[in-house]
Amino acid sequence: MEYILIFITAVFVNNVVLSQFLGICPFLGVSKKVETAMGMGAAVTFVLALSTIVTFLIQKYVLDAFGLGFMQTISFILVIAALVQMVEIILKKVSPALYQALGVFLPLITTNCCVLGVAILVIQKDYNLLESVVYAISTALGFALALVIFAGIREQLAMTNVPNGMKGTPIALVTAGLLAMAFMGFSGIGA
Amino acid sequence: MNNNLIKVFLNGLIKENPTFVLLLGMCPTLGTTSSALNGMSMGLATMFVLICSNAAISALKNLIPDMVRIPCFIVVIATFVTVVQMAMEAYVPALYASLGLFIPLIVVNCIVLGRAEAFAAKNSVISSAFDGLGIGLGFTLGLTCLGAVRELLGTGKLFGLTLMPDSYGSLVFVLAPGGFIALGYLIAIVNKMKK
Repeated sequence: MEYILIFITAVFVNNVVLSQFLGICPFLGVSKKVETAMGMGAAVTFVLALSTIVTFLIQKYVLDAFGLGFMQTISFILVIAALVQMVEIILKKVSPALYQALGVFLPLITTNCCVLGVAILVIQKDYNLLESVVYAISTALGFALALVIFAGIREQLAMTNVPNGMKGTPIALVTAGLLAMAFMGFSGIGA
Repeated sequence: MNNNLIKVFLNGLIKENPTFVLLLGMCPTLGTTSSALNGMSMGLATMFVLICSNAAISALKNLIPDMVRIPCFIVVIATFVTVVQMAMEAYVPALYASLGLFIPLIVVNCIVLGRAEAFAAKNSVISSAFDGLGIGLGFTLGLTCLGAVRELLGTGKLFGLTLMPDSYGSLVFVLAPGGFIALGYLIAIVNKMKK
């Protein structure tokens, strides 16, 4: 039950993009087509789950154990950068098809702030390892959901006539605002 | 020489304003601007990191091997972010609490790494510091504007001063959707003015 609650809260109520403002850059950058949005969503889910496990273990067994809490930001970002790099190399060897599919999205994930954000959040929320993993995967699914919905809307939007000054980013941001409003309807469910 | 520094500074502040023109660093832009004061503090914290990391990276640029420059840049940036984080936690705990997660997230702000790569790695220490100052002030300006608009529309206050009666204000502008919508219209206005 507890895990279901974490899942629903992370996907709908506190959606990572639309209510916590993490990962806006890829949200605006790679949301022009539904297909690429799905690729990005999958890549983020994969990296987020893996990096959360690793950073969680580092926090518990290295930083906490030796009283190095102040090294959190530096060590987490280095671990994430190294991990993304490693995943890229391994995927290229083991599953070229998946590597092809994720392609350019993998290196971009290092600078996706929702990865570092979630790594720090699970420590702040004092989750245990299993809760952290559930939280990380649900957050990533929430990210993917928002991204795919937004990409769907933008595909339609590309064909409509938008006033000159509003073309491009402004109309995309207003659309995202309306989408965020729709997601606000979930607040109050769960926690 | 002096003229050149002013040009570098103004370029960051206006011509390449990170919020309204380059559209970089959107997460803190939206996440911390529920009030003008929060936006301004976030901008200033980012500016400090930008100036220091730009200067440090520019000073170290000949020592850093090209192959591993990005990880090196990230370590330098993360060091200054930790400095800001600990200083804010010690001296302004209330502000630190309201900005929360977004202070450590300055590390992954694309503006900081972007300037390191695009400017500091090629230019002298002093002009890199000025570039950091210009871009940082431009970012602060963008965040303060957005924060002010959201605070005024949402609560009728500005920097905590009540300008409108209590009944005024629609809370949606302080919440997440208003952030997207307000930024969308501000960028549209800037686009219009550029033409």
